[in-house]
Amino acid sequence: MAASRYTFAYRRAHDQDARAAVRHPVVVVGAGPVGLAAAIDLGLRGIAVVLIDDADRIGEGSRGICWSKRTLEICDRLGVGEKLVAQGVTWKLGKVFRGDELVFSFDLLPEGGHKMPAFINLQQFQVEKALVDRAGEIETIDLRWKNRLIGVEPHNDHVRLTIDTPDGPYAMEASWLIAADGARSTTRDRLGLNFSGVTFEDKFLIADIKMAADFPTERRFWFDPSFHSGQSALMHRQPDNVWRIDLQLGPEADVMEEQTPERVTARLKRMLGERAFSLEWISIYRFNCRRLERFVHGRVVFVGDAAHQVSPFGARGANSGVQDAENLAWKLAAVIKGEAGPALIDSYERERIQAADENIGHSTRSTDFIAPHSDSERRLRNAVLALAPRAEFARRMINSGRLSVATVYDTPLSTPDEDVFGGSSRLGAPLPDAPVRTRDGREGHLMESIPGAFTLLTVKDGAVPQALPGLQVVSIGEDVIDTAGLLAQRLDATPGAAYLLRPDQHLCARWRRFDRGKIEAAKERALGRG
Amino acid sequence: MAKLITQLQLADADAAYVALVEARRGLSVEEAADLDTKLVLLLANHIGDLDVLDEAIALAKGTE
Repeated sequence: MAASRYTFAYRRAHDQDARAAVRHPVVVVGAGPVGLAAAIDLGLRGIAVVLIDDADRIGEGSRGICWSKRTLEICDRLGVGEKLVAQGVTWKLGKVFRGDELVFSFDLLPEGGHKMPAFINLQQFQVEKALVDRAGEIETIDLRWKNRLIGVEPHNDHVRLTIDTPDGPYAMEASWLIAADGARSTTRDRLGLNFSGVTFEDKFLIADIKMAADFPTERRFWFDPSFHSGQSALMHRQPDNVWRIDLQLGPEADVMEEQTPERVTARLKRMLGERAFSLEWISIYRFNCRRLERFVHGRVVFVGDAAHQVSPFGARGANSGVQDAENLAWKLAAVIKGEAGPALIDSYERERIQAADENIGHSTRSTDFIAPHSDSERRLRNAVLALAPRAEFARRMINSGRLSVATVYDTPLSTPDEDVFGGSSRLGAPLPDAPVRTRDGREGHLMESIPGAFTLLTVKDGAVPQALPGLQVVSIGEDVIDTAGLLAQRLDATPGAAYLLRPDQHLCARWRRFDRGKIEAAKERALGRG
Repeated sequence: MAKLITQLQLADADAAYVALVEARRGLSVEEAADLDTKLVLLLANHIGDLDVLDEAIALAKGTE
């Protein structure tokens, strides 16, 4: 089995020699993809962040492997998106089999012109490594390995933390604590918060294997295949000839016995025949669908798996966590800089609880389909599969994981439309991407021209553009040319129209005509002051 | 407002009943259950209205 890929040195921090606990604006607990994304986003906004992690290494096991388009767009804004796409395996085709027969295939990116693909597969440790490297380039981020959180003491305007290190414990204070410490969150335990939901009985085996194989780059899912009778199986390609195999084992499986390499190898041989492979990582898990009742507890904010947990079919764990991080980062930065009141943080909770509930809903439905609770539920599921080859509606009912897409926020931060807009853009959703040519003649994509700040996207109509304080203005027709005509289509853009984007690239207001007063009011509203 | 139609709609109620009887004649309980499940799915999609489906489920379960 592979050992950890990357190790990092513990370094003694100044805080450990301070006489009194040092106060930091933000401490992030947990240097996984979510904590790293939060720290980088805040760091790029000029906020000093201490990021602590109890380990000093990453790469024990592939863990999360599917990264969605929206996550990649966020990573691109943070400076690692292109690197991840170059390293990862891009895919968009999924196939579903019943027994050994293909019943259904799907294409995840029905429209072109987006910079980022629908999905890439890349081992979580590679994403973490890219983010750790990026964090190292940002001066305001202080990343401390082998710093284990052991005490959390909430106060009105800060949190007092006790951290254990190889040199012994020390204390520090955080004006805001971001808990990105995963499904077994120490922060959550220390605050005594209830993490409630449903745990499903069925056990699943994940085996990542190294194998030279010319299988196509697609997600393959089997219901009741001959090599794994009565259960489901998933196969997915990762870079470097690594393949993710996920086998349903049923509720009765013996967790210890099923994890032995002999047992796993025997199961995989039934699937792969005599093809040579080596085991990279084995894990057994059960589905959990649960969340905290609230994500914000005074000055402690929960993100990612610490706040909510879903089953892996659907790529909703790490992806939704990174989207939590981006939702929180700009709001927290605005509050710390005094540009918004603390009430803006409440909108993080509202928007991301909406997303978590969507994810838990989808995940629960997938689980009900993949692992029916009773014989009669199995009969219903099998009837859908049996009808699928001859009835289109039944193919659409097959649920082997509905893959993650960005949530359209139903949020008070959006200003309701007063004009009618068509196209595919939605209030509360990320801006749709499209190919553009920039002023310097470079061919690129719209998303690259949208900074991580409040931005007014305007459509050229001959009027002299007005400057607005605190707003970046990007003009379609001047700053960016809509070379493929897709922007006009997706935004339903007409000359003179204006679109207000939040710092997380989500659309929060739009008008057919530029109106300074309305734009300023919409921005106030998006800062939680409307 | 009820959307589920419970008045007779079929031109020949007896013929429809016979069609359902003949479909299951000679089948085991298991096979008949599989058949019925597929029929439920096909007809639910044909009706294409979740409200009607919910009302039908409630009526069938005696919880309406």
